[in-house]
Amino acid sequence: MERAAALDDPRPVLSALIEAGYRVIAPVEQDGAIRYLPAVDPDSLPKGRIDSQTPGSYRLEDGDPERWFDYVVSPESWKAWLYPARRKMWTSTRSEDGLSFERPEAEWTPTAFFGVRPCDLAAIEKQDAILKDGAFADPDYAHRRENALIVVIQCARSAETCFCASMNTGPRAQAGFDIALTELGAEADHRFLVEAGSEAGARVLEGLTEDATEADKDAAHAATNAAAASQIRVMPENVAAGLKARLTAPEWDDVAKRCLNCANCTMACPTCFCSDVQDTSDLTGDLTDRWRVWDSCFNPDFSYIHGGAVRTSSMSRYRQWMTHKLSSWHDQFGASGCVGCGRCIAWCPVGIDIVAEAETLMAQPED
Amino acid sequence: MRDSAEPHTAIADPMLPIAMRVSEAWRELDDVVSLRLVTKDGAPFAFAPGQFNMLYAFGVGEAAISISGDPARTGELLHTIRDVGAVSGALTRLKAGDEVGVRGPFGSSWPVDSEHDRHLLFVAGGLGLAPLRPAIYRALATRHRFASITLIMGARSPRDLLYPYQLAGWTASHALRLNITVDHAGPEWTGSVGVVTTEFARALAGIDPAKVSAYLCGPEIMMRFGAMGLADMGVSTERMWLSMERSMKCAIGLCGHCQFGPDFVCKDGPVFRHDEIARRLTLKEI
Repeated sequence: MERAAALDDPRPVLSALIEAGYRVIAPVEQDGAIRYLPAVDPDSLPKGRIDSQTPGSYRLEDGDPERWFDYVVSPESWKAWLYPARRKMWTSTRSEDGLSFERPEAEWTPTAFFGVRPCDLAAIEKQDAILKDGAFADPDYAHRRENALIVVIQCARSAETCFCASMNTGPRAQAGFDIALTELGAEADHRFLVEAGSEAGARVLEGLTEDATEADKDAAHAATNAAAASQIRVMPENVAAGLKARLTAPEWDDVAKRCLNCANCTMACPTCFCSDVQDTSDLTGDLTDRWRVWDSCFNPDFSYIHGGAVRTSSMSRYRQWMTHKLSSWHDQFGASGCVGCGRCIAWCPVGIDIVAEAETLMAQPED
Repeated sequence: MRDSAEPHTAIADPMLPIAMRVSEAWRELDDVVSLRLVTKDGAPFAFAPGQFNMLYAFGVGEAAISISGDPARTGELLHTIRDVGAVSGALTRLKAGDEVGVRGPFGSSWPVDSEHDRHLLFVAGGLGLAPLRPAIYRALATRHRFASITLIMGARSPRDLLYPYQLAGWTASHALRLNITVDHAGPEWTGSVGVVTTEFARALAGIDPAKVSAYLCGPEIMMRFGAMGLADMGVSTERMWLSMERSMKCAIGLCGHCQFGPDFVCKDGPVFRHDEIARRLTLKEI
């Protein structure tokens, strides 16, 4: 567990994971974005690339060609792997004996998530609380999660949209990972601190020989501290209680005028977990599948009950999303539903900034 | 298929329906049907008054439907369903011998046993009597433990009254006091006309409101104004419960659809104590 190594290249960690038998999902540049995809080749890491993320914009650019991990979060989050956008829940057949229901067999091999950012690790832990550790669990999520090895990459750089420091989720993960990498220094001092956070992580690192020094560990803290210090967005501290006290503020209508109700924020959000179900039948009509698919509280049908939707206005849907994320999540799961990854800011087509909206609302009088 | 006849209370896999057989189906109103369901292995299906099941019409989909039968009769499930959409419509077209998928029971329940020695007041609007009926059965089973039992029943018109045969039976046997009011009626109707709140004064005449426990179920606006009216008469907001309705897909708090402020109606409700949700009832589109 105490194992910490220093490397001058991150690829041996990837190779060790592949050798240990893990399927590895890692950052890969594709279609102008960093995506998390199965990595068969350690050379596929997007070395030297950085992301410019601002409200309504995401662009990859060339960064320091010698640095490996200066981009931050992908448009996609790890929920795409742990809680896929579309997943068969069960199959039902109708025969002379009546109806029968069967779950599909689990199809998930031990998988290493390489390149989980601290905010995304926090997001996984938030989804664990809902989908795995509550009174009822999603068995498919639990199975995937229990067979996932997490390799965190601590953030030495923040994007403009990052506000993890104010959500206490980054830029340095303290625990919850199996392995953590920090990219240190530049040029001659350029190296990686590799720390094991679990027995499984330590086993993977067994073959890496050079032990890390105290100076390496200090440098790692300095790198993440610098990333934290560079963040310009700060979520108001008392936002959970503050929003609850301002549910009728006219400013909700103001943001609703800009919001397109496109649901991008909820798809990009690493903690949003809402889902719908769809039923599909084959042509005989005797076989039907139930699918779980991602849903969004921005969809007008989301709150549909006979007679119509509960939340018909754009205002009410934005309010539902934001108050759930920042306020009622505390009531439900004991913590904020936001990890400060900034995806909803970058991927909002009109650049709505959840931090700015929270600040605006908090400046309003209480209901 | 279960291999032993244990009660279906501990939900082994709450996402996977079990097949149940329709043993009887009958029409209650023009667009309302009741189904009697039995397990295929004969195992009992225990539930608490106010809980609901997710009923799955094969190939069509699933809907949350309250359980409307007697909780003491665990050998069968009764569901009363109004045809308001594709799934509920398919459920109302089921016939004896057909099978239906069932997940449940889910959710919170009407507290009845905790209210001994008090005056029970059930306020039902339209189909709202269906989720209340299990609580009425439970109360009537230990009738002597309660100071009184009153049912105020509101409906659009006399021909929209749910379970009229049962209302007549309860009245004839003096099991409970019944106040019926309708929104509109023809000249043959000699009873009350108006919303349920207009019946409160008559129903509570001679009753100490501090000793009333009220259970409201019906359209949200009826429950909201009903609870306000009772509170104005002195009934404690901590002694009123109502059953909320929201969109539901999973029924176990994972899909997010039924959120009502901080609560998931499927697992924190559907039965809520009024004081816990009173503010939210006044907010639009919450």
